Order: sequence, then structure tokens, then C-alpha cells
Amino acid sequence: MIQRKLITCTINGNKIQTMVDVRASLTDMLRNDYRLTSVKKGCEVGECGACNVMIDGECFNSCIYLAVWADSKHIRTVESLLGSAGELHPIQQAFVDEGAVQCGYCTPGFIMTALEIVQSGRQYTRDELKKLLSGHLCRCTGYENIVNAVEKAMKGTAQSIPETISRHRPATR
Amino acid sequence: MYNMGAYYEATSVAHAISLLQRHSGPTTKIVAGGSDVLIQMREGKLAGYTLVSIQRLDELRGVYMDDDETLRILPVTSFSHITKHPLIKEYINVLGYAVDQIGSPQIRNIGTIGGNICNGVTSADSASTLLAYDAVVEITGPAGVRRLPITDFYIKAGVVALMPDEVLTAILIPKESYENTHGHYIKYAMRNAMDIATLGCSLNVRLSPDKRAVERVRVGYGVAGPVPMRAKNAEEAGNGRPASMDTVNRAAKAALLDVNPRDSWRASKALRLHLAEELCRRAFTMAITRAGGSL
Repeated sequence: MIQRKLITCTINGNKIQTMVDVRASLTDMLRNDYRLTSVKKGCEVGECGACNVMIDGECFNSCIYLAVWADSKHIRTVESLLGSAGELHPIQQAFVDEGAVQCGYCTPGFIMTALEIVQSGRQYTRDELKKLLSGHLCRCTGYENIVNAVEKAMKGTAQSIPETISRHRPATR
Repeated sequence: MYNMGAYYEATSVAHAISLLQRHSGPTTKIVAGGSDVLIQMREGKLAGYTLVSIQRLDELRGVYMDDDETLRILPVTSFSHITKHPLIKEYINVLGYAVDQIGSPQIRNIGTIGGNICNGVTSADSASTLLAYDAVVEITGPAGVRRLPITDFYIKAGVVALMPDEVLTAILIPKESYENTHGHYIKYAMRNAMDIATLGCSLNVRLSPDKRAVERVRVGYGVAGPVPMRAKNAEEAGNGRPASMDTVNRAAKAALLDVNPRDSWRASKALRLHLAEELCRRAFTMAITRAGGSL
């Protein structure tokens, strides 16, 4: 018998209530039930950071977080960064400008960590940024351009980054 | 999807204990953060296990100061929250530093200090510091609350003194332990992130008021034996001695009488013995400097 549990949470600004399989990871729920496919399945053991999402303002690898634990939490994925007219978020733009994206698989995870860095309002040194980004594996770029992009976004925030959370409904199953 | 048996979510410590009483067995595990248990479930080691989750017990989160000034660290506190906590920064900063060496930023948001010691592994980055500060663990079970020095909590590799229906409910650091101490932790690993310590050494000192003598030194090691350990010979070589390089070197040499590392695919016994001495030397030097002594 499949054991399910009713949870209520907020995903990208939308309050939802759903029955989740207790065996599901948060990655499973976000991808399969809400089609938030920016949340990638990489290693699935918390090493690569491709499934990284923000839960109550802190970054978590959603592959090692049970979906049932999301009850009453605020979850944010890269989809929330989309501007109302479809424009990129300044962090995303910095990744484009700095050539920080190649195959793109690791990018959403990196961007959510970059968002946590930018939202902290602090200015970090390059070494500190490297440590803060150390939970993400990228096999294409060699990291240099990614660190450049995050540094650029962080410095850009001195002039304040818009707090965009798109309000369009996540696709229902 | 995880290959999970049943799932039970505790709504209080008492509820967790009653869930454990009803469902405990050889294939039942308590899960808090999930960064050990869920990964082992994914890898198949815990496939089909029943989980009793204490993840959502906010009553087990946070760091507090008891009336007698004992530092009370609740077990479901994440590593990143330990590092950021003002009480940790003020009184036992080395613990915040040590848990900041674990995994990656996301893992430090996920993993909990209670899980770090309850899994009983020798490489736990928090354990050597907790040992070096004479931490006391508070365990709650059907019969009530009992306390145990952390050295007695570790039984053997992967095994701690928790009965199947008991939950770790606090880690206590007595005032006598942390008062007026300065410490340092060194994790030696092959990579700067996402790695397990080849060897770890946590050391703290209390200098005499004139900063010329080591009033007390305490040394803890990880991966220097099957479980995290204290280095009593190293401590004896330092206690009451002048705060000098000579004392530091004597203590580092004496640490070799305490440690008992093994050969593994990660590193040889010879390298670990070398590290045991050298990390003690460096941590001791740093701790004395931080305490205001000059070498």
C-alpha cells in the first residue's frame, strides 16, 4: 500500500496543498507533480548540487529532502526568477554575460546558491565565494566564469536587485 | 522515490519515543536532517527501512544557555545554524568553525549536529571538538532523561549508547569546560570541500592569567581510531607547563601514545600518525596564540 501524506506549502509564491507519497524526495515532487524541471536530478546523494532549491531562504539539495518535510515551507526554484515580461533575472543575465553556462545542467543549482549569496546583502571575497559555491559540480566550465558571474551579480546588488517572484500558477498535475 | 518501508513523523519528543517503542526493530532508523540516512537509503544500505522522522521537531532546534550557564545545543540544529549562532560564536567558536568544514553549504543547511554524533562515525567533524569540551549528551527515553559523558556515548565504530526507543535530546557543554578557553580545529582532507577528514584534531587551551602557562589543554581526534577520542597523554604533557614551543612539541609527540589510526584506502596509518602529531602541534600553536600567549 502506498503511504501518502497531505501537505500544504508555498512553491514560488503559490500556496499549494497536495497529497505526496512519503517515499518521494522534494526533487521528485517538484519535477513530477509541478513540472519545475529546473530542479535537476544529478547524483541524487547530495553531492552535485544540481537539485538545489531554496527552502525558507536557505539552499538545500532537494534530492535528500523528503517531500513530506516541505509541509508549511516556502520553496523557491529558478522558475521564480522569471520577470513579468519574460526577462532574465540579473543573476541569470550575469551568467549569460560571463559565459558561465555550457551544457547548463548545473546552472539552476548554481543560480539558487547565487541568489542566497546576493540576498544576504553581503559582499564576499573571491575565496569566500568559492567556498559558498563549493556544493556544486560543473564538468564543463572549469568554474572560473561561474565565479565571475556570481561576483558580478553580487557587486551589482549594491545597486539592488529586484525581488521578483513570478505569480503564475505552477502547472498542476 | 526512496526505497522506504513505512514512514512515521514525530510531532513531539514524547511522540517520537512512543513511535520508536511501537516500530523499533533492526530495520528502523531515526532520521533528522537526512544527509546520512537518506543517502544510505539511496545507496541501498538502508533499503526498505522504516523511518521515524524527528526533522520537524522545532523543540529540538536551537542553542540555549541554561540557568547554570551550561551551553545547551539541541540536536536537530543544522550545522550552518550552529556556525551562525551568537552563543556558539561567543563561547565555543571552534565548534562553529569545525562544523563549517563539513560537506558543502547545502549539506551544512541539511545536516544536524545530533545526526553527526549519533551515526557513530569517527570522521564526524563536530565530534572531536565536543569530546575536547567534555560534552555531555542528554538522552530521553520511556523511563525519562539520562545523561552520559560523550566519551561513554561512543561504543564502537557506528554504534552509540542509544537504546532503540531513545532519542538524543541535547548536547551540553558545562561552563567549566568552555569558560575562558580558546581553541582550533584542523581537518586534514584531500579536498577543500565535499570530503571526509583523513584526520581531524580539535584542541582548546586555557592559559594562566599572565598568559605564560598552559593552565589546561584538551585534545580531541577524529579518524585516529575507530571512534572519536581524547588524547590524554598529549593533555598531560601540556597541562601546567609554560606556554612555549617546547610544550607544544612535547604534547604533539605524546599524542602518538594516544592515537591508534588504521590503514584504509583513504590514507595509510603512517600518514595518519604523522598528521596526528603535526595537527596537534599546529592546533596547539594556534590556540595559544588565540588565547593571547606568545610562543
